[in-house]
Amino acid sequence: MLWNTVHLAVKEMRRNLMRSILTMLGIVIGVAAVVTMVTLGNGATKAVSDQIASLGSNLLMLMPGQRFGGPNRDRGSAPPFKAADVQAVQSQIPGIKALAPTASASVTAVWMAKNWSTSVTGTNNDYFTAGNWTLASGRTFTDGELAGGAPVCVIGQTVRTKLFEGQNPVGSAMRVKNFSCEVVGLLKSKGQASMGRDQDDTVIMPLKTVQRRLAGNQNIGAMMVSAKDGVDTEALKARLESLMRERRRITEDKEDDFNVLDTREIATAMSGSTKILTALLGAVAAVSLLVGGIGIMNIMLVSVTERTREIGTRLAIGALEREVLLQFLVEAVTLSSFGGLIGLAIATTASITLTRVMSLPYVFNGQINLIAFAFSAAMGVLFGYLPAKRAAGLDPIEALRHE
Amino acid sequence: MTEAIERAIGPAPVAAPGQPPLIELVGVTKTYGEGTAAFQALAGVDVQIEDGEFVAIMGPSGSGKSTVMNILGCLDVPTTGEYLFRGVHVEELSRNQRALLRRHCLGFVFQGFNLLARTTAVENVELPLLYRGMGLKERRAAARDALKLVGLDGWETHTPAELSGGQQQRVAIARALVTHPLVLLADEPTGNLDTHRTKEIMELLASLNRERGLTILMVTHEPQAASYASRVVHFIDGTVERDAANGHAGGVH
Repeated sequence: MLWNTVHLAVKEMRRNLMRSILTMLGIVIGVAAVVTMVTLGNGATKAVSDQIASLGSNLLMLMPGQRFGGPNRDRGSAPPFKAADVQAVQSQIPGIKALAPTASASVTAVWMAKNWSTSVTGTNNDYFTAGNWTLASGRTFTDGELAGGAPVCVIGQTVRTKLFEGQNPVGSAMRVKNFSCEVVGLLKSKGQASMGRDQDDTVIMPLKTVQRRLAGNQNIGAMMVSAKDGVDTEALKARLESLMRERRRITEDKEDDFNVLDTREIATAMSGSTKILTALLGAVAAVSLLVGGIGIMNIMLVSVTERTREIGTRLAIGALEREVLLQFLVEAVTLSSFGGLIGLAIATTASITLTRVMSLPYVFNGQINLIAFAFSAAMGVLFGYLPAKRAAGLDPIEALRHE
Repeated sequence: MTEAIERAIGPAPVAAPGQPPLIELVGVTKTYGEGTAAFQALAGVDVQIEDGEFVAIMGPSGSGKSTVMNILGCLDVPTTGEYLFRGVHVEELSRNQRALLRRHCLGFVFQGFNLLARTTAVENVELPLLYRGMGLKERRAAARDALKLVGLDGWETHTPAELSGGQQQRVAIARALVTHPLVLLADEPTGNLDTHRTKEIMELLASLNRERGLTILMVTHEPQAASYASRVVHFIDGTVERDAANGHAGGVH
């Protein structure tokens, strides 16, 4: 009996191809929309957390001045750090894996006939550890170069592309401001950082080189502090703060005139906001799934109402109520699950294409695929089944009389 | 013959001596609604129908002829009274048992044909056999034979939209005949047809009755159609007003 009924149902669907396609369309669109949206949202979240991870883990940034919006908004008024501050941190605070003082300047780098405006960071070799940088070729700085402020530099991939194009820059000398600087190393690409800043557009020099030749002072713009594995960054942050308050002679009643930034905090904040965005997208998609569900409901109701006479005929020629019901149930299940599968196929194609276009990672989320499929299938089955149940329960005379 | 009933509803409850009459209505009434709104469609009907008869049920609108047809077709049950189908009390059967009785023993022809749309003639005719669980080859062959019987060979793959009204009704008759029913119930079979097609269909029914001994019960309000029957039962106000053999059955047309 079951096989027969399946046979009947498949026949019925093939015969009424347009109606079947319309029924499926609601499910297809609902499933495709919700799965695509959520997959894109997940991709965006993953992209953001990847970027934050690339900044360096367990990283604290120590900067003079207040954080945005603080009472002492004028960063310039806060005194910069000096070499002694770096030494104090190094010697008095335990649990530090890498400590990189930095001084930055904007310069135009020139090689042969090409020039490129970029930013220079003066620092030490800890900078590479703290910032999760690895070298593509060449080397980092020697102690002698660091101590003597030698005109050497390590460049990022963007600078290499803009000045040297495909060539290996290591060993070449480029002009920076009024001195010639030898490229000793090339960094591996980190890709686009969050908010559009290109992390690879950078030139790294020994701290002393930048201070003497570019800045003309002994100031240290910021310190990057990387904690050892297992060290509590909260505690480290508190220690750094109290050390700096002491060194900068800030009395109890005054606010800090410096700022310690925890990259994990940024990470939490940013992935929090993309998660909100994903939830929002998901909610919009859920509405479209619901609308799709109502579409399914409508077409199923209309189709069953339209087929009341057919049901009457089937009952009159001796079909049992449960046979008629089973036929409609099989039709609804087949249409819904087939539509759901097409929807998932479209969603997968669309997600892969869109993530590629938007350069986001494609993250397969089995859960949302399952939920969307189950929901639309349930809608289809429920609204295919309920009106059919009503019709099959009718007096055959009533059903036959139905216009 | 009783084999079909047994297949439908299990062993016959009454082992009556000899062959009980095919159809017997005893004091059948049918009331719709309750209380003051109650409407008595049948007010005590006694009719007996034997194998091989061609009975036309006539009467004006509201006379109860459709109600009695629904009861005879096991689509409805009497409010009081007895309906014996080959000795089986139909009024005591469940909804499913009545469906099985229809499946195995009855064939239906409707005024509005009630063919499945977008479905070929042969597939329409196969439909009752599908519910009997017959295999595809057997089913197809039986359906083709039934279509040939009603003069539609060559039209097997046409859908109702491609057939004339008379042809559609022939398909419906083939669908009713394909199960070799004990009774063919026709509810205004010519109601939607012109006189020419009416004649065709009635001649077909008359010949099926004459040549194959098919028992036919037909509701009609057209004297022309009724004139083909061997017996005419007139209904008025829910009772049998006249029940007489038709002297010139299938006669002067």
